[in-house]
Amino acid sequence: MRKSLTTLAVACAAFLATSAFGQTPEEVKKGVEQYREMLELGNPAELYALKGEALFKKKRGPKNASLEQCDFGKGPGVLKGVYAEMPRYFADTGKVQDLESRLVTCMVQLQGISEKDATKRPFGNADKPSENEQLVAYIVSQSYGDPINIKLDNPKMKEAYEIGKRLFFYRAGPWDFSCATCHAEENTRIRLQDLPVLSSPAGAKAAMTTWPAYRVSNSQLKTMEWRINDCYRQMRFPEPNFISDSVIALTTYLAYTANGGVYKGPGIKR
Amino acid sequence: MGDPMKIRARMQGDVAEVRVLMGHPMETGQRKGSDGKIIPAHFIKQIRAELNGKVVFEAAISQAISRNPLFAFKVKGAKAGDKLSITWEDNKGDKRTDTVTISG
Repeated sequence: MRKSLTTLAVACAAFLATSAFGQTPEEVKKGVEQYREMLELGNPAELYALKGEALFKKKRGPKNASLEQCDFGKGPGVLKGVYAEMPRYFADTGKVQDLESRLVTCMVQLQGISEKDATKRPFGNADKPSENEQLVAYIVSQSYGDPINIKLDNPKMKEAYEIGKRLFFYRAGPWDFSCATCHAEENTRIRLQDLPVLSSPAGAKAAMTTWPAYRVSNSQLKTMEWRINDCYRQMRFPEPNFISDSVIALTTYLAYTANGGVYKGPGIKR
Repeated sequence: MGDPMKIRARMQGDVAEVRVLMGHPMETGQRKGSDGKIIPAHFIKQIRAELNGKVVFEAAISQAISRNPLFAFKVKGAKAGDKLSITWEDNKGDKRTDTVTISG
């Protein structure tokens, strides 16, 4: 009897050591991955895309026009695959633009909405999503399955890429952080979920093919502009302005690094 | 009127696999807003699926279901080309119906 009790105790101890108390990093990672797979079955980002489509086609603003004739780089009215090639250089504005800044350009030019009004509320909350987020969800969903293809075929694009790269590794702020602090080391982690190494093609692809995404923990769809803005907040930097050149430059660096990755967004995140 | 639903219905062998994503706040009535006041309960209480007008699935649900609920179920006896419509009704009397054609 005594012997069998001891055996049981040893068995229990062994069981506890491998499961409840000491999950190995692989087990933790597997659990997180399983959770992510389950989430993908019902991605509420699709609901945002449905609302965004209605908004995109609705006549609004002083000019009472829809956004349907907006040129995202492949000609007015073309949406298929445009997000996979953004940020890109636009000759009419003479600037490198990401999707969100291009949307503002179109609201100003086509609908006659002032830039101030068009950029008033770029990020929403769980109870009241922003129109920007809904439009973004719709437009990016039209690039599902298209490979990311950023071309540095213009001096402005090259410049944006170089600035973005410098920003990625630029350490500053009260914590002396840079993007690279959390996003440039393989097989290490700074929180439960591992973060992608964004300076490598594999990591950049993983991120850039799944953002923008519905964030379960916030019950909201989050855009790339928000993602970068919030990273800066988490690093305790002053937060960059919406559609500022610096955010677009950083996005250009990340998107170029992710070239060839097949876009699968809008995604879903924990 | 409610927000549009995203419905997927596809034949897998001789059963139709259906997945419905509904956009709804599903407020429990126990949460407080930023003004400190209770947000009134607002949730779907009844869902119904009809195949060519015949009810094949019905459920009474409550505020225990999450925001933007997802329902997945299988329908026997369906064929590609059949019309499947989903209806929900919430506690405020709001209703929404969306219809799709089952794909092969």
